[in-house]
Amino acid sequence: MALPKYTEMRYRVWHYSYIVICTAVFVFLIAPLFVIIPLSFNAEQYIHFSDGMLALQPEAFSLRWYEDMIYGTKNPWGIAARNSVYYAFFSTIGATVLGTVAALGLSSRYMPYKQLIMSVLISPMIIPLIISGSAIFFSLAKLGLAATFPGIIIAHIILGTPFVVITVTATLSGFDDSITRAASSLGSTPTNTFFKITLPLITPGIISGALFAFVTSFDEIVVILFVAGGDRNLTTIPLQMWTGLREQLSPTIMAVATCLIVLSTLILIVTELLRRRSERIRGISAQ
Amino acid sequence: MTAEIRTSDGELLSVKLKKVERRRRTTAFLLAAPLLFFIVFAYVIPIFQMLGRSIDNAEMNSFLTETHEVMQTWDGGEMPGEDVTSTFYYELKTAVENKYHGKIATRLNYEKGGFTSLIKKTSRKLKDFDENANFLDQFIDVHKKWGDIEYWQALKRGTDAYHFRKYLTTFDYEQRFDGSIERIPEKLRINVTLWLRTIFVAVGVTFCCFILAYPISHLLSVLPTRYSNLLMICVLLPFWTSLLVRTSSWMVLLQKQGVLNDTLVSLGFVADESRLELMYNMTGTFIAMTQILLPFMVLPLYSVMKTISPSLMRAATSMGATPFHAFRKIYFPLTYAGISAGSILVFVLAIGYYITPALVGGAKGILISNRIAYHMQQSLDWSLATAMATVLLIAVLVVYWLYNKIVGIDNMRLG
Repeated sequence: MALPKYTEMRYRVWHYSYIVICTAVFVFLIAPLFVIIPLSFNAEQYIHFSDGMLALQPEAFSLRWYEDMIYGTKNPWGIAARNSVYYAFFSTIGATVLGTVAALGLSSRYMPYKQLIMSVLISPMIIPLIISGSAIFFSLAKLGLAATFPGIIIAHIILGTPFVVITVTATLSGFDDSITRAASSLGSTPTNTFFKITLPLITPGIISGALFAFVTSFDEIVVILFVAGGDRNLTTIPLQMWTGLREQLSPTIMAVATCLIVLSTLILIVTELLRRRSERIRGISAQ
Repeated sequence: MTAEIRTSDGELLSVKLKKVERRRRTTAFLLAAPLLFFIVFAYVIPIFQMLGRSIDNAEMNSFLTETHEVMQTWDGGEMPGEDVTSTFYYELKTAVENKYHGKIATRLNYEKGGFTSLIKKTSRKLKDFDENANFLDQFIDVHKKWGDIEYWQALKRGTDAYHFRKYLTTFDYEQRFDGSIERIPEKLRINVTLWLRTIFVAVGVTFCCFILAYPISHLLSVLPTRYSNLLMICVLLPFWTSLLVRTSSWMVLLQKQGVLNDTLVSLGFVADESRLELMYNMTGTFIAMTQILLPFMVLPLYSVMKTISPSLMRAATSMGATPFHAFRKIYFPLTYAGISAGSILVFVLAIGYYITPALVGGAKGILISNRIAYHMQQSLDWSLATAMATVLLIAVLVVYWLYNKIVGIDNMRLG
């Protein structure tokens, strides 16, 4: 972004202020996340940077809040983490299977009422969660499934499917139909073609849709507030954080938050690898 | 007439083609069907059923069916006759025997305050009633409120099978017992304030996101890939991070003893005793929501800007346009698709926001979703909650429809 020598003064000023503005926005986006990490290693009970921390004295830092997170008797983070993973795992499987199959139908040229059906399938992503939460709660309560394991998984499948549908349809829109036609002309059965040709090609899209579904479930708070109905055995990490944050900001929450930031960094790395793989497969060079 | 073309098995080609096409349509539909049925039965129908609660009063109507029917002949002008009061007496007696008079009391209390204690007291005294004497006088003996005609009018109105009054409450209006519609007393008006605040925040946050996202999306789209990938982390890491983590980080930053205030005090910009009130008000909600929703604006803008060839701007400047003019006439119009996609996405998400306003906004920074949750979970006035939800849903669906028109659902991309 170096400027040529002949650039006028006012454009120079404009250019540098543009860089400054962009830097400020990037800091605004990312800095709040990094404030949490050092605070979770705080030796004190208060959530602020103590003088010792600013002076980088080793005794101002400790792992006590991580110990509290894992061994603390008052904090059911263990149950919460287990439940969160369970819900996310099962709802991801459900959402991915349903969503992928539907996306295969939706990307067909022969799909009737495509727009309408697509709008219905995407609606859980658009409709405010407070409305989804209460509607799902009322219907689950009628079936006797409110505050149960299957009930929560059904709710999370509903919320996860739009992401799978969108990502897989997007992958399929760049799909070259002549490949499958070539396969059939060489004598492959439709099933064989699907598993040997189509599926491997759209796998990156399916995995990234599954990741979206996983994160949606893992991070979901509004619907579970209604559906879990205060049952401590059904609690999840977000639910536990929500309860904690409403009472008091505790350093233990900072420790949990740091763990979640590490998790999201891992997810980011996986999605980036997927994107590169998908570009390579489709013959788009990564420049 | 052209010669009839037949396939090898002797069928007309046109017929055969139609058959194939029909089979393909069926296959495509059958693939989408499982999810479609799942979403319709587990999600769409429940939403409509829930919204029905905003006008549905069938349960109450079933509790006091006969009273309601007898009351149809009563015009509400003067105190009800014995036909009404006796029917009400017998039905209330059945209610007490079957222990649902509590529900009647709660429900009628929404129509007129004071009904809870009135029904409870009357229910206790019901066994002392003389079934041969005048019922109205005995009701008034139990509680003098029964002498007030408004309670009888409320009873008539409260047993209708359907009503639309909660939609009036949603906008701080009420229907008087004489049928006129008026605004509720100023002290009680809260919903209109919340609607306006929600729209203000949603529009404001969308605008701020646009202003902040535009320059960085542009920078990301023109930088060489290895740098832009690095900077993209700043956008994608918050995008993938838990909403509660990001909200709690804003709580850490914004609270009175928080990091921002500490920094300002130690730098001497603010005196220790006059720390800024950044949280538990609109400022907090606004700042936190802008940062949380910013990636949803950056990603669509970036994907559109990435496709704009830099030679267009160079061509414009080479033909004498100033950089500003070239930007306004060439570059900016080309990004409209990204702007509308991002804006609508951010607006739809912002208008239904619940968690962040509840934690960062406090009483002064809550939005309409928080009020819906309050009526759902605390006041348990589900009719009002669902009436508000219906209005919110209609607003969102209008925007969703616009999105479909302008951008197209098929073109929605994530990440």
